[in-house]
Amino acid sequence: MDKERVHNLLFVGVVVVTGVVVENTYLLQVMTFIGINTLLALGLNMLMGYAGQVSLGHGAFYGIGAYATAYLSGTLGISPWLALVCAIFLAVGVAFVVGRPTLKLSGYYLGMGTLGFGMIVHILFREAGSITGGASGFVGIPMLTLGPLLFEGGQSYFYLVWAVVFGAIFLCRRILDSKTGRALAAIHGRENAAVALGVDAHSLKLTVFMFSAALGAVAGFLYAHFVLFISPDSFGFMASVKMVTMVVIGGMASVWGALIGAVVITLLPEVLHGFADHEMIVFGLILMGVMIVMPQGLTKGVMERYARYKKRA
Amino acid sequence: MEDLLQYLFSGISIGSVYAVVAIGLSMLYRSTELINFAHGEFAMFGAMGLVTLWGQLKLPLPLAFVLTVAGVSMVGILFERFAIRPVKDPHPISLVIITVGASIVFRGVAMVVWGKDPVAVPSFSSHGSIEIAGAVIVPQSLYIVAAALVLAGSLHLFFRYTLQGKAMTACAVNKKAAWLTGIPSSRMGLFAVLISSGSGAIAGIFIAPVTMNTYDMGTMLGLKGFCAAMIGGLGSLWGAFAGGLLLGILECFGAGLISSGCKDAIAFVLLLLILYLCPGGLFAQKQADRF
Amino acid sequence: MHGIRKEHENLLLQVTGLTKQFGGVRAQDNVSFGVEQGSVLGLIGPNGAGKTTLFNMITGVCVPDKGEILFDGRSITSLPVHKRVTAGIARTFQNVELFPGMTVLENVLVGMHVRLKSGFWGAVIRSPRVVKEEQQARKKALAILEFTGLLSYADRLACDLPVGRQKTAEIARALATDPKLILLDEPAAGLNRIESMALGELICKIKARGITLMLVEHDMGLAMEVCDKILVLDRGEAIALATPQQITNDQKVMDAYLGEEFQCLN
Ligand SMILES: Nc1ncnc2c1ncn2[C@@H]1O[C@H](COP(=O)(O)OP(=O)(O)OP(=O)(O)O)[C@@H](O)[C@H]1O
Ligand SMILES: [Mg+2]
Repeated sequence: MDKERVHNLLFVGVVVVTGVVVENTYLLQVMTFIGINTLLALGLNMLMGYAGQVSLGHGAFYGIGAYATAYLSGTLGISPWLALVCAIFLAVGVAFVVGRPTLKLSGYYLGMGTLGFGMIVHILFREAGSITGGASGFVGIPMLTLGPLLFEGGQSYFYLVWAVVFGAIFLCRRILDSKTGRALAAIHGRENAAVALGVDAHSLKLTVFMFSAALGAVAGFLYAHFVLFISPDSFGFMASVKMVTMVVIGGMASVWGALIGAVVITLLPEVLHGFADHEMIVFGLILMGVMIVMPQGLTKGVMERYARYKKRA
Repeated sequence: MEDLLQYLFSGISIGSVYAVVAIGLSMLYRSTELINFAHGEFAMFGAMGLVTLWGQLKLPLPLAFVLTVAGVSMVGILFERFAIRPVKDPHPISLVIITVGASIVFRGVAMVVWGKDPVAVPSFSSHGSIEIAGAVIVPQSLYIVAAALVLAGSLHLFFRYTLQGKAMTACAVNKKAAWLTGIPSSRMGLFAVLISSGSGAIAGIFIAPVTMNTYDMGTMLGLKGFCAAMIGGLGSLWGAFAGGLLLGILECFGAGLISSGCKDAIAFVLLLLILYLCPGGLFAQKQADRF
Repeated sequence: MHGIRKEHENLLLQVTGLTKQFGGVRAQDNVSFGVEQGSVLGLIGPNGAGKTTLFNMITGVCVPDKGEILFDGRSITSLPVHKRVTAGIARTFQNVELFPGMTVLENVLVGMHVRLKSGFWGAVIRSPRVVKEEQQARKKALAILEFTGLLSYADRLACDLPVGRQKTAEIARALATDPKLILLDEPAAGLNRIESMALGELICKIKARGITLMLVEHDMGLAMEVCDKILVLDRGEAIALATPQQITNDQKVMDAYLGEEFQCLN
């Protein structure tokens, strides 16, 4: 327990110090994106890693968060913070309506169902031009302010995003370290047995689905007010696949893993800058390679191998 | 009235392509219980192969056809050998992620090889289009429909009358029993992959002259093929065929009567409805609960 | 009507006309019986007789084609599984189904799921009440482990336990749901003589707590010892319901079993 607290403090400390020390706007921007991606990975990780349900359409919730706040605060002129609340409610509502029938499916059918849902939402973003600006995107998203504070790029936004990330990690921890978390682990391990013990698997999966949708919407909100311009392609199939890749890399079922996944997936395109065309190939190979060799995820797989190695030595 | 007839003709033509894609997916599922999310990319490779071999290298069409199908089948076999067979714990979630990963790799490779811009090939023949009651049919549409019929028909005969085909059906019905009677199920799996990727390539080849061929055309084709296969009931040959036609026709009427923008959405809405309401397919006698 | 009610007053579980067909197999054919409050009912029958299917229908895992199940005076025929657990029905599985990645203690805690009030928001807010509930749950789980003799295994991973202990751990997990009725599916399968005796004792201890039991048992010896009554199933039909002594003297039952044994010999 105490060791965990030390880790947490260390983590917060590192982030705070980074924000103070780093002055390069480009680096700050990259790290802000890492934060936003961590939120996405955290949410999907709850669903994939803990509840054991795959979703190939989570980009939709990311997009719903972004477009909801864009429309409400950009077009209608509502306070962005109010828009955030609406965005979360909208995403959770959509997750409820879609998740109820979809989460009854499993395996390939679940993959296809969530993929189809993601595609439909993506098409809606593209076609509902009067609200979303259509394929050319939405311009005119206001910057966030809080009292006298203006969150424009740079340091202030970095801190805002990471504060939200801390909050989300804290939330996930609390949920996992409770009766709900135990039940999740149970249905992931042996669904039949969990159900026979009275765990309502379907409603539990739905709860987690809605929770991860909410985190996705928050990430979308932060993304929209950061880049100030959004277009449907940021929330399409590739966005969903990127989210899955983050979770798979990070090692399913680990909160820190989500962070590692987000770091890798955000930095990879920056590192591969000269090879922009090869980005897709690299993503795909990572996904395939990790799943073939270490189906439990990269972080966990490496850690297990290391433990085995140490035991032998 | 002409419009409606036109939608119907277009629907049958595009539906035949979906049917061929669906047949490939469905036959693979039947023998191996694998859903290949990268199946649409085989069709993309088929189209791109034709563009290169026939459109650019000017090989004779039949040769280009054979080479393309052989090449794509080769890719399919390598894919099965190196990405599917080594999976120790073939849980659907892992396989979903692996095949999605493969689809992205294929797409990335195609983007590097063929670039991001659409490429086109001419129609297979230079006959003029035919007019029936005011609706126009381009000859390529007829070739597509014929190809779908020939493919489905020959697969039907194959499964019904050849030893290999019967063995594959036996494998599909009961792996363990088939194994006990000495049918090598891994070879059957390989054969199924061959049929599946080959027919994917055929779909791509026939659609190439009437569409914009891009590195990412496979995604939509694959998903619609899956939708069609689901409509007809996964694993059923003629179900996949009928599902493809139905989807194509609905799509064209939707695009014509509602809006062309929502054309793609129709397939996905249909897909969700099928998944929720009758996962065994529209023609299934009884609800199948495989999963 | 009144007379019937009175006669059945102390029945905890009452099953009438249960029928279930799997394709061509009739796994359950018009089965009716009752289980008295606080008693132990043994369930015997050859392989494929439909014993597990009967359990599946009582727990709600599988829906009967026909028939009714009354539990504790009300119909539970159309209740989902988790509501039946809340009502007081718990079970173990024929093949051990512990959660392999969890410790024995955690397994038992999952068993308490329906008895803990705090939900999703409780976990998020974590009020003092929730914390207290969690502490009490742990205490109770440890008490159950002590009762079943597993206390020393509390922090071991469930999959690291020997088979016999795993079976007991499953019973402990079922006890954690605070049941009125426990269904044990072949609890003695794979146990050695000593373990089997310990199991017999545990069953008596559970009965002494006022919990009703039903158990599937192939080993007639154990069944004779612990059961108040025995229900014999054969090819989906209930062919006898009587005391152990009566069963051993029953020609029909012996035929069903002997027939089976002959088949095994051949
Ligand atoms: N889900 C199912 N689908 C199809 N058939 C089933 C199903 N469950 C059980 N059966 C069939 O019902 C019959 C009864 O099975 P059941 O498992 O209840 O027998 P049992 O008495 O528990 O046998 P055993 O002693 O082997 O455990 C068997 O023929 C079995 O094949
Ligand atoms: Mg049984």
